[in-house]
Amino acid sequence: MNRYRNDPQAIRALVRPDEIHRDAYLDPELFDLEMEQLWRHTWIYVGHDSQVPNTGDFYTTHLAREPVIMLRGGDGLVRVLPNRCAHKGTRLVSAVHGKCLGGMLRCPYHGWTYRLDGRLRTVPLKSGYDGTAFEGSNAAQGLREVSSVNYRGFVFARLASDGPDFKEYFGESLTSIDNMVERSPEGRLEVAGGVLRYMHDCNWKLFVDNLNDAMHPMVAHESSAGTAKRTWEAAGSDAPAPMVIEQFVPFVNGYEFFEKMGVKVYANGHSYTGVNFSIHSKYSDVGDYEQRMIAAYGEERARRILGEARHNTVYYPSLTIKGVIQAIRVARPLAVDRTLIESWTFRLAGAPDELLARTTTYSRLINAPTSMVGHDDLHCYRAIQEGLAAGGNEWVSLHRNHSPSEAAGIAGTFGATNEVPMRGQFRAWAEFMTRGMRGG
Amino acid sequence: MVAESIPTTALADFVYREARLLDEKRFDEWYELFTEGAHYWMPLTRDQPNGETCTSLFYEDKLLLKVRIERLRHPNAFSQQQPSFCQHVLQQPSLEASDPEASLYVTRTPFMYFETQLDRQLILAGVTHHHLICVNGALRIRLKKIELVNCDAAFPSIQLLL
Repeated sequence: MNRYRNDPQAIRALVRPDEIHRDAYLDPELFDLEMEQLWRHTWIYVGHDSQVPNTGDFYTTHLAREPVIMLRGGDGLVRVLPNRCAHKGTRLVSAVHGKCLGGMLRCPYHGWTYRLDGRLRTVPLKSGYDGTAFEGSNAAQGLREVSSVNYRGFVFARLASDGPDFKEYFGESLTSIDNMVERSPEGRLEVAGGVLRYMHDCNWKLFVDNLNDAMHPMVAHESSAGTAKRTWEAAGSDAPAPMVIEQFVPFVNGYEFFEKMGVKVYANGHSYTGVNFSIHSKYSDVGDYEQRMIAAYGEERARRILGEARHNTVYYPSLTIKGVIQAIRVARPLAVDRTLIESWTFRLAGAPDELLARTTTYSRLINAPTSMVGHDDLHCYRAIQEGLAAGGNEWVSLHRNHSPSEAAGIAGTFGATNEVPMRGQFRAWAEFMTRGMRGG
Repeated sequence: MVAESIPTTALADFVYREARLLDEKRFDEWYELFTEGAHYWMPLTRDQPNGETCTSLFYEDKLLLKVRIERLRHPNAFSQQQPSFCQHVLQQPSLEASDPEASLYVTRTPFMYFETQLDRQLILAGVTHHHLICVNGALRIRLKKIELVNCDAAFPSIQLLL
């Protein structure tokens, strides 16, 4: 049934200034439209260029359900190519990470080969195409490079040929990536530690909504972070709290803490919490990291870099980063009620190993499929996915601290318990879902 | 004096009992099986060198195991409102290494693990190595290392202990 296709008015009607219709989370047709519209016309995170350090190195993933290859060419540039032979559609490479042998991509089925920039290189027994329309065909074009931008190592792609320019789309929100990179004394990040892959049986937006939802930690995480706090206190140790306790305990800070940490909201659905401070502010110093930073940047700039305590930055709709602890989470929607969440961690080049240990510890404690914190988050997302089916109320409330002035635009700094980041996300959602849609 | 070697059958019995305590949710008894400096480790990758600078699925010391056990009993452990249950099915443990003088033994136990929550069932398989030490005549775990055959897969929530 086509309730929404080619009906931009019906889609826009799902997003009120302060309420969202449940279909946005439940309707398979809207999910298909999200993949065709929102996720093709915006900039989606692909991977980090340190995953493909040398010529011919590749990484494969899916963007909006499309298989892609992120590949380092002979010219040193990282490109994003469709992972599909131009001939019959065979996925060209199947490993997650690998290296193209002989400096080319070679199809496992009929042996067509491609240069590392995607151009068709050779076709076996090519004389068979003489006198055919092959030369002007789609197949002869080879692999059509996807628009991509490598921003300080973070590679984003826009699948559609039209859509906003990269810098225009992300704007000032890119300062969170800047800060994460500058936390390396060498100004460079490397993927390290392994990737956690956590299958969420819920709509992708429930995950993204939650990232800057400062009203849930003290409730949803009472049983994990609260228990960690009590267990440590009950141990009655005079020793400094271990790293795991430092990481758990702030999750059960009170409402005042979360309100005052502040949230910054940008256009196009991007935002970050932790404008003033965050749950990461009070971590102990690690080794001689601070000295290394001062040596690299000078005292004033080093203090400014390390003084940022941003919690989560949402690069709507696919990426969320935690610069302070060098961990990112990537949303890969698979179906209306199925989303793969990948957690990647980074080494700060030139920083002591203890910092990487802090990163991997956090990722394991908070973001793993075995995480007590993650269990309760996912439980809540699933509970929404199922609860929304209930009769009598088809709307999700986003009224908290809503102001009529938002009609003119959603951007600025707010108390972090405000639901304004989610209102901003849905405003971007409605815009990119309907932009260029027939009937608009 | 040469320490008396522990028979393999006694080591196997210990491994079977350890799994049974988890299946029966006798977590306090299970917790006491670990030495003070012990680790419970489930790596994320094959041949993972360590649990510090590499992310693991589990890398828990006794403090974290205590938190995990207490959290499972917490009335607001929402993901456990509908409780999970688990069943280990173990192959006979084999002795991989031993140092009777230091009372150290390493066993290897292939396993299948079932975790259920009402209509959902998760099945995992792999090999567990127990690094055991005999203290005052009683075996204790210094390291329990669980290597999943599909450690790099995307998993749903894994809520109990393997």
